[in-house]
Amino acid sequence: MSGMEDLYRENILDHYKHPRNRGTLEHPDVSYEDANPLCGDKIRMDFNIRDGKIEAVRFSGSGCSISQAAASMLCETIEGKPLDEVKKLSRDDVLEMLGIELGPVRLKCGLLALKTLKAGVYGLPQWPGEEDEGEVEQARATDFSGTQPANGRREGHR
Amino acid sequence: MGESAAAAKLSRPSRASLAFDPGEVRQQFPIFRAPRPKPLAYLDSAATSQKPDPVLEAMARYYAEYNANIHRGIYDIAERATAAYEDARRRVAHLVGASSPREIVFTRNSTEALNLVAHAWGRRFLEVGDAIVLTEMEHHSNLVPWQLLAQEKQVELRFIPVTGSGELALETLPELLADGRAKLVSVVHISNVLGTVNPIAEIARTVHAAGALLAVDASQSVPHCPVDVKQLDCDFMAFTSHKMLGPTGIGALYGRRRLLEAMPPFLGGGEMIREVKLTESKWNDLPWKFEAGTMPIAEAIGLGAAVDYLEGLGMAEVFAHDRALAGYAMERLAEVPDLVMLGPPADRRGGVVAFTLGEIHPHDVATVLDDEGVCIRAGHHCAMPLHAKLGVPASARASFHCYSLEEEVDTLVRGLHRARKVFAR
Repeated sequence: MSGMEDLYRENILDHYKHPRNRGTLEHPDVSYEDANPLCGDKIRMDFNIRDGKIEAVRFSGSGCSISQAAASMLCETIEGKPLDEVKKLSRDDVLEMLGIELGPVRLKCGLLALKTLKAGVYGLPQWPGEEDEGEVEQARATDFSGTQPANGRREGHR
Repeated sequence: MGESAAAAKLSRPSRASLAFDPGEVRQQFPIFRAPRPKPLAYLDSAATSQKPDPVLEAMARYYAEYNANIHRGIYDIAERATAAYEDARRRVAHLVGASSPREIVFTRNSTEALNLVAHAWGRRFLEVGDAIVLTEMEHHSNLVPWQLLAQEKQVELRFIPVTGSGELALETLPELLADGRAKLVSVVHISNVLGTVNPIAEIARTVHAAGALLAVDASQSVPHCPVDVKQLDCDFMAFTSHKMLGPTGIGALYGRRRLLEAMPPFLGGGEMIREVKLTESKWNDLPWKFEAGTMPIAEAIGLGAAVDYLEGLGMAEVFAHDRALAGYAMERLAEVPDLVMLGPPADRRGGVVAFTLGEIHPHDVATVLDDEGVCIRAGHHCAMPLHAKLGVPASARASFHCYSLEEEVDTLVRGLHRARKVFAR
């Protein structure tokens, strides 16, 4: 069946119901908070960084299952990893972790944690550009000649 | 029927008085006839309504039979197009009880209609130190244009507060007007989130007694209930076609003639002029002074057909249907554990029910419902300040129109029980 089994795969519900690395750090080296004002999703990430590695990371905030599960998965992945490696994490990596396809609205939920992570650790003012490419793909995937919109499938997942 | 009669209807929502069968009405909407894996339960009519055959046919007929620009050509099909466009304006004027079609300016939507007032009236007539009074329950379309104007003109914005039950604290209005600085009050007629029906005629008395003007955002009222600008006694009123069974891309501003006459144009270009020289121009008569460039002709014609369709059902009957369904939905939603409804009781609201479901984010609720074929709105519904006031980041919203059925509400309630199971922690 379509829809929900895809959107709420077991791993997403598991991370949503039992989030990893949830909480705050007492003395974070870096702390960053971001939000999707359109949905009310909020994520804060606290980092302790030692010897070029993410020694500890915690997230807090509130929002939909996709935004919170993505934060949990991302934190679990990056704790203990060298910054160089974390720097390479892309939007496709997050989508792969989630294992689902997201429409344009929920894509912002799915990528909020990555945006918070990048801005927090690297001080990037905003997530560079990739989101827009997805929207262009989505537009191309709409079949204006028929009554049924084609599925906006995203390709090129690594 | 005017506000007093509408208010009388407000006291007792009843399904017994229905003059039309929503199941039959539904068959005239192609979107509900299209085969689907699960029947469409469309509960997002406050965002946009579905479109019946006569509207789509009227637009297709224009393009197929007499597509031509209006107010210019002197050949047959251009004259037919002009007549159809102006006929649509007359129907809209009749629907809202305007004194003349000249008081109806076609715009792109309600947002543009309110921006027109802010630009053409606000820039000309407001001075530094004046004030504009709004409410805490406004849609962004009745907030942001005034914020832009306030910054530009150094005008103060004041707000009528919203009470805990989601109604306007109108006892504050005389105070907000007391210093005589407020020149305009702009208020939503029916809240797109809470469904609250605001007493516009009563507000108009207070506003006019203080020498100010009253603008009304009627985006959720003109499509659903009898509205008469004379009985409401408002000075401006904005509404939009796509929420009233018509196409997107067209809306209207009602304005009192003497006010519209005194206002400079909004946009400059073709059609809005009488005479153009290289460095100056004379403006066209009302309402064309405010309709620059080629307007959405097919959409105006579609809106005219939508007005016909709604009047055929009867606006009072449409409102009775919507409100009865909202009452039924509130009864059924009360059965769902952890569900909290926003806004006033059923006897004081239109066909809108917004709610939260425990800790489950409205996006997640909407996604589970989508899987059941149920379309609801999830988010802040373009009313972020209202959600802040209510202390919720977002909400889910079900809203109805003439084609909505009790069965759709039943499907909604089943979906909500399922959402609770999926997200039980």
